[in-house]
Amino acid sequence: MAGAAGPGTGPGAAGGNGDDSLYPIAVLIDELRNEDVQLRLNSIKKLSTIALALGVERTRTELLPFLTDTIYDEDEVLLALAEQLGNFTGLVGGPDFAHCLLPPLESLATVEETVVRDKAVESLRQISQEHTPVALEAHFVPLVKRLAGGDWFTSRTSACGLFSVCYPRASAGVRAEIRQHFRSLCSDDTPMVRRAAASKLGELAKVLELDSVKSEIVPLFTSLASDEQDSVRLLAVEACVSIAQLLSQEDLEALVMPTLRQAAEDKSWRVRYMVADKFSELQRAVGPKITLSDLIPAFQNLLKDCEAEVRAAAAHKVRELCENLPTEGRETIIMNQILPYIKELVSDTNQHVKSALASVIMGLSTILGKENTIEHLLPLFLAQLKDECPEVRLNIISNLDCVNEVIGIRQLSQSLLPAIVELAEDAKWRVRLAIIEYMPLLAGQLGVEFFDEKLNSLCMAWLVDHVYAVREAATTNLMKLVQRFGTEWAQSTIVPRVLVMANDPNYLHRMTTLFCINALSEACGQEITTKHMLPVVVKMAGDQVANVRFNVAKSLQKIGPILDTEALREEVKPVLQKLGQDEDVDVQYFAQEAISVVARRLHRPPGEAGVIPDAEGSERGRALRVRGRGQDPGRAHRKRAARAASEAAVEAAWFGGTDAAKGPACQLRVNPRDALALLEIADLVPFSRD
Amino acid sequence: MQQQELPSARAAAMSSSSPPAGAANAAAISASEKVDGFTRKSVRKAQRQKRSQGSSQFRSQGSQAELHPLPQLKDATSNEQQELFCQKLQQCCILFDFMDSVSDLKSKEIKRATLNELVEYVSTNRGVIVESAYSDIVKMISANIFRTLPPSDNPDFDPEEDEPTLEASWPHIQLVYEFFLRFLESPDFQPSIAKRYIDQKFVQQLLELFDSEDPRERDFLKTVLHRIYGKFLGLRAFIRKQINNIFLRFIYETEHFNGVAELLEILGSIINGFALPLKAEHKQFLMKVLIPMHTAKGLALFHAQLAYCVVQFLEKDTTLTEPVIRGLLKFWPKTCSQKEVMFLGEIEEILDVIEPTQFKKIEEPLFKQISKCVSSSHFQVAERALYFWNNEYILSLIEENIDKILPIMFGSLYKISKEHWNPTIVALVYNVLKTLMEMNGKLFDDLTSSYKAERQREKKKELEREELWKKLEELKLKKALEKQNSAYNMHSILSNTSDE
Repeated sequence: MAGAAGPGTGPGAAGGNGDDSLYPIAVLIDELRNEDVQLRLNSIKKLSTIALALGVERTRTELLPFLTDTIYDEDEVLLALAEQLGNFTGLVGGPDFAHCLLPPLESLATVEETVVRDKAVESLRQISQEHTPVALEAHFVPLVKRLAGGDWFTSRTSACGLFSVCYPRASAGVRAEIRQHFRSLCSDDTPMVRRAAASKLGELAKVLELDSVKSEIVPLFTSLASDEQDSVRLLAVEACVSIAQLLSQEDLEALVMPTLRQAAEDKSWRVRYMVADKFSELQRAVGPKITLSDLIPAFQNLLKDCEAEVRAAAAHKVRELCENLPTEGRETIIMNQILPYIKELVSDTNQHVKSALASVIMGLSTILGKENTIEHLLPLFLAQLKDECPEVRLNIISNLDCVNEVIGIRQLSQSLLPAIVELAEDAKWRVRLAIIEYMPLLAGQLGVEFFDEKLNSLCMAWLVDHVYAVREAATTNLMKLVQRFGTEWAQSTIVPRVLVMANDPNYLHRMTTLFCINALSEACGQEITTKHMLPVVVKMAGDQVANVRFNVAKSLQKIGPILDTEALREEVKPVLQKLGQDEDVDVQYFAQEAISVVARRLHRPPGEAGVIPDAEGSERGRALRVRGRGQDPGRAHRKRAARAASEAAVEAAWFGGTDAAKGPACQLRVNPRDALALLEIADLVPFSRD
Repeated sequence: MQQQELPSARAAAMSSSSPPAGAANAAAISASEKVDGFTRKSVRKAQRQKRSQGSSQFRSQGSQAELHPLPQLKDATSNEQQELFCQKLQQCCILFDFMDSVSDLKSKEIKRATLNELVEYVSTNRGVIVESAYSDIVKMISANIFRTLPPSDNPDFDPEEDEPTLEASWPHIQLVYEFFLRFLESPDFQPSIAKRYIDQKFVQQLLELFDSEDPRERDFLKTVLHRIYGKFLGLRAFIRKQINNIFLRFIYETEHFNGVAELLEILGSIINGFALPLKAEHKQFLMKVLIPMHTAKGLALFHAQLAYCVVQFLEKDTTLTEPVIRGLLKFWPKTCSQKEVMFLGEIEEILDVIEPTQFKKIEEPLFKQISKCVSSSHFQVAERALYFWNNEYILSLIEENIDKILPIMFGSLYKISKEHWNPTIVALVYNVLKTLMEMNGKLFDDLTSSYKAERQREKKKELEREELWKKLEELKLKKALEKQNSAYNMHSILSNTSDE
């Protein structure tokens, strides 16, 4: 310890000018070498503060050497250090001194742990830009060369990521050396280094002169693409995209295509997968001519590959591939060369493949037009709507809008209905949740009649789902439906059924009524709200369950702005005042909250809104609340948050829609401290139940 | 919550086999899959019924050639036998799709019978492995066993919980491995001829197969590789290097490789045979591969073999003790108590063979860690650490160095003797305290009486630290402010001058 701390404890270390704000570096270093990792980590994260305290000079002469010397630490600390140093240029005195940061980063770039190394490389790339061209050649390039010639593979892998940042700014001679170094790393005998080189090949190609690309990069690409390890070969596919963009059509055909063709038929599925996954990029890079002659046949093979992984990746690209074909002759190509393979995939044995296809297949209808869609695609859609896997059906339904534009949804509606009903009752709540989200869309496309007849009851059934998230989505869904179908429809179909639930024995259902009212009141307007909803809310203020009561207060606050002042004064205010005296503190709190909001409105005589300054209103509100609470508002808030959380948690975790939730006996009394834990449980429990 | 972070199980698997593809794949996962992150469980169950997989090599090859039975080897005359042997080997190069359980039944049966016959032929007859046969033999083996392993059906595969996916073509492959082993073990086998065929490329492919999910296959591979390592001196360095690469990739890139335990087992016996003094290469392997390997997620699967390798090294060269223990302390698990227990087990194994001089070098950092473990709120960790005091040899080491160790251990032992929730731990701690007291009663008394003061000193230090950081923060603010002010002053000076 004494060794490294030496410079700090020496004379003058405490700041020669007697400025006591300059801390002796020994103290700081003590922090950086504390036994507790967490404390070391904290200090490293505040390294910039330390540097600031020391000033640029001492940061350069004392702090950085210390950091360079003590690189042996936990990877977590090193990661933080690597990140910090990337932004340190200002703290060492600006770009002129940026090279001071290289030694510690160089050590970090040789560490075993990949994340540390990657971060060090990232920081090095960052500060390379801050070097002047001269400094770059004097300090940075030698570092890259040292790394490239390192004994252990880690430094060589790190070097791969640094070539492309120094190449454009280096002189011709240095450029040749850089290329030479990169070449040798491409044939390194450890696969880790070859992988690193392969992954940076494309990036380097982009900054090289075109001649060098042809004479040097292409051979490297060819050799990496036929590496003995598939993990290297697949990375070459990625590089292929960048290289292809740089070359002319003839060069492309002669230099790159043979390798790409070979990759598309590689014996390892990982390589084929990569080709499928990068297909759109490849397509754009090679241009339309080669696409037609080479890529389409390759794509056909990928669509019928023996590995489901590959087929799924290819299926994902079907739409993009078709869209990017030249418009001229596109239809014929799709009909003759793509569609037959797609038909096969609809009945694939693997559900991931089918679901990948289902997520894009609807997009083809806009490309193929009405007639083709009806004749060829529609049977496929219908088959997929009947698929055994819910994901496939869901993917089809979620993309209905594409088809709607082309053929109208009527064509599908007969098949659609059973599919929707089944999804709506799926055992997995996330599937139910997902289908709810498409309801407003479907409603708009199917029209009000069809909706009332077939789907309305589903929408109501979701309101009493045993998963809160589904009920919540169901309320939002109702609001959107009302926005679409209008208030009359709401009054005749939705509102009565929602209000009936206010008498349900299950308090969760009673609360759902309140949540629905919150959501619907604005869409329904003043009349319906005052006439139909308000009386129900008011009545519920006498509920046995405190959770219902404080939700009444919240609802009143929410619908307050929609009601006229008379209703507010005559009906809302007395109820809130009563709730303000409730035995339950939370009910009291929310009642006070609501009162303050309502009172602010009542205080304003009609037509004179805005005469009374807002400040007064809010002050009144505040005074009210403070008087009402009489305790630390922060604490109350925390507790309430906990309770609200516990509400959702307990419900999801324990009751799950069984009759356990009925009646006042199950009023929730949950220790708020456990609420967060319960929330986490609640997240997990439905997993196992479903 | 891992389930939600990895919406697609398949994506996870892909990323473990090829990091870049994995990332891309995760993005390609359909929206619906994200919607329902846990379909997979049921899906997985459905898949599990299958529980076997084909190799990735069947790419719609079209119709298979049908096999016709050849005459039995034992019925052939001795000059025909060699010819027939090669014909049979060639016949066995033809592969069949076992995922399709109804196709080519007859041919599959013929091949099975032929392979059986070949196994018997090379193991019971002498002089049948002649120079000309090597090429066909190795060709047949390569054709059958070398294949791209298919993507895992069950990417969340937890080898401790789940059933492995078995290789569908096992009925044939098993016999090929069997044949391979008999061939390698035959007294007629000549490495000098075989090395023309069993070369680096061959070994490379063999090593890749260790990733097979089928434990039966890995078991065969283990024996095969062991034989090859034993018989082909020229390949030894290469094999070690390749294993090295596989391990590094496992540790730092994919965290997934099924055959780690098997490879470590082979290495255990390889290390056993290292000559002294150890080459730098071997030491590097220990420090840069075996020690970091302790960080792997699935450590439980191969920890026994790994610890064995480490202890083998230490028995060869005791000077490695210090770096090894420091390495383990560096990678000490922070959140996984199961792993912590394994680490403690390994430390005990190391302490069993440690030399007292080496012990002195690492006692301080080591016992700081042990002191943390002893006071772990996880009782298994605490218990495992406290069991050290049941080990006679460790006790003797502690006694020799009690002046150093007692002050390190005292604080946490004293604290948990009062605080630990688990009565078993409290009882164990009392025993340990008693043992330590008997070793040096005076020191023990001193520590007891200074305990409170010590705690207070720690608290004060803590406060000082906070104070220091607060001042530093203020300083930072002040500097920022100064900067602003100076900019402002400049501005005002400039404007003043213009006023004048």
